[in-house]
Amino acid sequence: MKSPKKSKGITNSNLLLIITIVVFFAMYIGAMIFQGKGFLKPQTFLNILNANAALIITSCGMSIVMITGGIDISVGGVAALVSMCCAVYLDFHDGNVFGAVLIALGIGLAFGLVQGFLVAYLGIQPFIVSLAGMFFARGMTTIVNTNPFNVANEAFVALKNTRVVVPGLGVVNKIGKYVDAYVEIGVVVALLLVVILFCVLRWTKPGRNFYAVGGNQQSALMLGINVKRTKFLAHLLCGLLAGIGGFVYFMHVGSGSASHASGMEMNAIASSIIGGTMLTGGVGNIIGTLFGVLSLSTIQNIVSSAGLDQAWWTGITVAAMLCLFLVIQSVIMNRKKKIKRIK
Amino acid sequence: MENKAVKNTGKSRDWGKLFGKQIFIPIAALLLLAIFNLVTDPSFYKITLGFNSAGNPVLSGYLVTILDYGSELAILAIGMTLVTAASGGQDISVGATIAIAGSVILRILCGTNSRPDTLQAPIIVAFLVACVAAMLCGAFNGILVAYFKIQPMVATLILFTAGRSIAAWINNNELPIISDPTFSYFGGFIPGIPIPMPFFIAVACMIVIALVLKFTNLRLYIQSVGINESSARLNGLNPAFIKFLTFVILGLCVAVAGLIKVSRLSSINYSVIAKDIEMDAILAVALGGNALSGGKFNMTASILGAYVIQFLTTTLYKFNVQSDALSAYKAVVVIALVVFSAPIVREKMSALGKKIKGQSHAKGVA
Repeated sequence: MKSPKKSKGITNSNLLLIITIVVFFAMYIGAMIFQGKGFLKPQTFLNILNANAALIITSCGMSIVMITGGIDISVGGVAALVSMCCAVYLDFHDGNVFGAVLIALGIGLAFGLVQGFLVAYLGIQPFIVSLAGMFFARGMTTIVNTNPFNVANEAFVALKNTRVVVPGLGVVNKIGKYVDAYVEIGVVVALLLVVILFCVLRWTKPGRNFYAVGGNQQSALMLGINVKRTKFLAHLLCGLLAGIGGFVYFMHVGSGSASHASGMEMNAIASSIIGGTMLTGGVGNIIGTLFGVLSLSTIQNIVSSAGLDQAWWTGITVAAMLCLFLVIQSVIMNRKKKIKRIK
Repeated sequence: MENKAVKNTGKSRDWGKLFGKQIFIPIAALLLLAIFNLVTDPSFYKITLGFNSAGNPVLSGYLVTILDYGSELAILAIGMTLVTAASGGQDISVGATIAIAGSVILRILCGTNSRPDTLQAPIIVAFLVACVAAMLCGAFNGILVAYFKIQPMVATLILFTAGRSIAAWINNNELPIISDPTFSYFGGFIPGIPIPMPFFIAVACMIVIALVLKFTNLRLYIQSVGINESSARLNGLNPAFIKFLTFVILGLCVAVAGLIKVSRLSSINYSVIAKDIEMDAILAVALGGNALSGGKFNMTASILGAYVIQFLTTTLYKFNVQSDALSAYKAVVVIALVVFSAPIVREKMSALGKKIKGQSHAKGVA
């Protein structure tokens, strides 16, 4: 350790972010070279975005909670509950789309409020609280309606089928017709939220508070930050984003079912971790999370297009990737501790 | 609550003392459930002696069901209590690991054929291999938690995702069915004994763990690691190894529970077997009054907690609650429990309790 300035060159946060981005590009380019065909088309990439817009939104919420040192595993359950409630509202009660959006936001806010209160003000472990939240949401989904069904509400179907054309990325298909490249509305929402949240976390006071609380609760308290309120806010935001994510998911699938978004919490946590958010809190980046989601879904696409499309391979690869990144994080943390000791 | 207070003062025992005892929580919950069932439908407690399809005498009734199906949970609660106490976190991969253990058992018993007429290997061999497999899973979790210092719940999330996939992969996604009747004894009834076999297996596990806790230093070591890791290390313990050990013990418990689970069906359904059981196991530990953040533990309370959970589940089933909707009710119970046991709430409660006590004392004097 020659000078303190030099070791500042790459912080842990940046190192993790760089690893993620490199891994993503390496994987995608590798897929382009070795599997070709589909991966060369821009639309394949856009389809990854289309399918994972909801995951991007929920992962952002998850990252914020994880930056403050907590965790929220109820997001998948909340997303399922949101899509079921909206589906029931639209189809059985002739509701309008605007009302459905309000329902989605309301459910998300309610979960965020209750969980945030329990975690921040009563000091209960976030994992237990959100585990209960997850089971409650899943159970409620079944209670609201048992059978899965497709939504036939006209206004909603029109919204669901709205395509946003991406200029310049279209390709000429086999019969010589020009096909536009498109994304769904959900992707626009997701990317907008990513930008907003990135700015909030980077440049606003509440955003910086999240990092301070996650990094060291005691010193954050000493600095005069309201630790409890910050934690509460993080969970509230996560709940709200889970609600929005649920609605985007609902727009993508267009149906209500108790088994919707199963494993989404797991994917959201995995994406955040792969995106360089530290489980111990204080380190994380929304852009990293975006790349985490992309890496995760790219590897799933590679696995399925490589012919290993039996359901179990997806689970195993995701778990293996998560395991790898967890171990990398742990090694980095230990290295940091050692550096401190040497100093 | 008021009734109990009256009863206790009648016994001239200090209310606060009993209230503060750990085992009070599961007993109170059990009494509450028991009274609720007694009021709504006394036939809940009816036990009848009948004959099953094989012509053996069996007891049937809701209470027997509770003893029967609560057994796996009680076995899991043993391991989960140790893990919770040592590492201050919970293992959420137990359900998935049960699927792996069960899949291994069936794979060995069936060999390459998925519908064998005879067993391809002795049951004990299959069980031992499953034990090794489940303990390896436990060791994997343990290494991540103890040596890589990853939060237990996140480390076990890996197996939670991959476990059922691995289980399906072990059997090539086939659904083996075992026709040999001896295999179904472990999850059913042994001819001539009307009490379900899982209960005996659970009792055996309880005896083993009781002996281990009584004659070894395991309890002391686990508690000291859970209470303060650094001071345990300064006192010459190896906290990482103790944590690792608790995860391996949980693996063993999971293998036993897995044997019972697959024996019940003589088959396996990878996505459904032992679904949500991790929630129940954690709930059992919490209901036993054990701190979920580690430290001291009370094994008896946890085991009792497991049976109370099963009591709750059976009661809910009796009221025609769908199995998918069960989790919503249980989640409410969990939240009520953790809120009740949160330090801040406890402080307020005890302050309130003192106030009431002071008033009643003053009244008594007057």
